[in-house]
Amino acid sequence: MKLLYFAWLKTRTGRAEEDVSPPDGIATVGALIDWLKTRGPGYAAAFAEMRAVRAAVNQEYVGLDHPIRSGDEVAFFPPMTGG
Amino acid sequence: MIRVQREDFDPGAELTALTAENKAVGGVVSFVGLVRDMAAGQPIRAMTLEHYPGMTEKKLAEIEAEARTRWPLETSLIVHRYGRLEPGERIVLVIVASSHRQAAFEACAFLVDWLKAQAPFWKEEETASGTHWVDAKSEDDAAAARWRKPPHEAAE
Repeated sequence: MKLLYFAWLKTRTGRAEEDVSPPDGIATVGALIDWLKTRGPGYAAAFAEMRAVRAAVNQEYVGLDHPIRSGDEVAFFPPMTGG
Repeated sequence: MIRVQREDFDPGAELTALTAENKAVGGVVSFVGLVRDMAAGQPIRAMTLEHYPGMTEKKLAEIEAEARTRWPLETSLIVHRYGRLEPGERIVLVIVASSHRQAAFEACAFLVDWLKAQAPFWKEEETASGTHWVDAKSEDDAAAARWRKPPHEAAE
């Protein structure tokens, strides 16, 4: 599974992207976040304020209950500020 | 058409090229967004626009397609830049052409509001006190929200 981080989520996790293999039973975006938060203080800081975190799976905006599977591209980012 | 690019664009040349071969066009409305030199009362040295290659292009194409289902447009163009930009530089160009002006005015306003809320771009500002990521503004969400219903329903 490929993970991408943008804006301050990239700053806090210290990486723009990574490949991960979450343990069995991690079946949703929300569960993936809970697992990522256990991987270090940078991840815990990135996902500390979930009100300001958005997610996309395979380049579509999704909610925390969206299912994930191996091979997915999952991205995390704050609300958009383009234009 | 949509383009996501680092380099600058020429609004006049883009407008001329977009409508050159289409004599059904009766009105063209364009919007050019620029980098301001102040934000929240603080001088800005520059800003860097980050995007999500692949998804940004896909979302802009969806946003443009949505406008074309809502208004009878002859043609349209969205150009959005990324990378480091200084005050006065152009960030975004939206051009909409229709046979009549009302559709062009409305569709252009929709596209600007909608892409701010829907297209994956993030701004990081450089000030004298360092760099920081810009927070999304609630008034931008409100501007996008007024387009949530098709125009004929919103008027009811």
